[in-house]
Amino acid sequence: MPSKPQRMEVVLETLIESIALAEEVGVRMAAAAGFGEDDQYKIGLALHEGVMNAFQYGNQQRRERKIHVIFELLEEKLVIHVVDQGAGFRLEDVPDPRENENVLEDSGRGVLLMKAFMDEVDVLSSAAGGAEVVMAKHRKR
Amino acid sequence: MSFRATSRELGEVTVIDMDGRITLGEGSNLLRDLVREKLSTGHRKILLNLAGIVYIDSTGLGELVSAYRFLKSEGGELKLLNVNKKVTDLLQITKLYTVFDIHSNEEHAIGSFHS
Repeated sequence: MPSKPQRMEVVLETLIESIALAEEVGVRMAAAAGFGEDDQYKIGLALHEGVMNAFQYGNQQRRERKIHVIFELLEEKLVIHVVDQGAGFRLEDVPDPRENENVLEDSGRGVLLMKAFMDEVDVLSSAAGGAEVVMAKHRKR
Repeated sequence: MSFRATSRELGEVTVIDMDGRITLGEGSNLLRDLVREKLSTGHRKILLNLAGIVYIDSTGLGELVSAYRFLKSEGGELKLLNVNKKVTDLLQITKLYTVFDIHSNEEHAIGSFHS
């Protein structure tokens, strides 16, 4: 019989410490969901990048803004939403950091790492207008 | 595990031995300050020993690129030593593997700097 989906939401302040905190929670969630150590690291790093993006670019390091991290453990995958209170962005507008003209840039690699380490990544517009990064890792059977 | 770095001189080459995490905030800022301090005192050949680095994020990768670019613009060189599998994977995903000169043997790395 399929197990019941589980959901957990964490609300973080826009602080640099929130990045590592979210990552730690993500790694624990992944471990509890049965992911191996390699996938735990990948999920943790993807979440780290998502929250760092919300901290820096979405919420512009403004402490009063919140970062919502929502975990949904479904039968077939772990889904993570990172929601900020910024202006939002479109995935297709993010330059590819591997292109020759971008490879020596200081920033712009976060989305690429999320895509590399997760099975699904998308960016939606949240109800409040900010960005909602949705990423998922499939559970192996 | 927070970031820690110590440096040593081997001839004209400055080796920076690093431990911990290079992430947004402490690790990336300390690395930037250290590289700029070395350059300001005339050290233009820098070998970053990543043997003790357990974690690096996109900001940390950006800091490595920034240090590489900064040294190059000043006529210097930056190379990497002892890059573990996790960091190697990140360098491959981001195509930075094609940018950095990466070594696994310190003696060979030292010898590869231009005299």
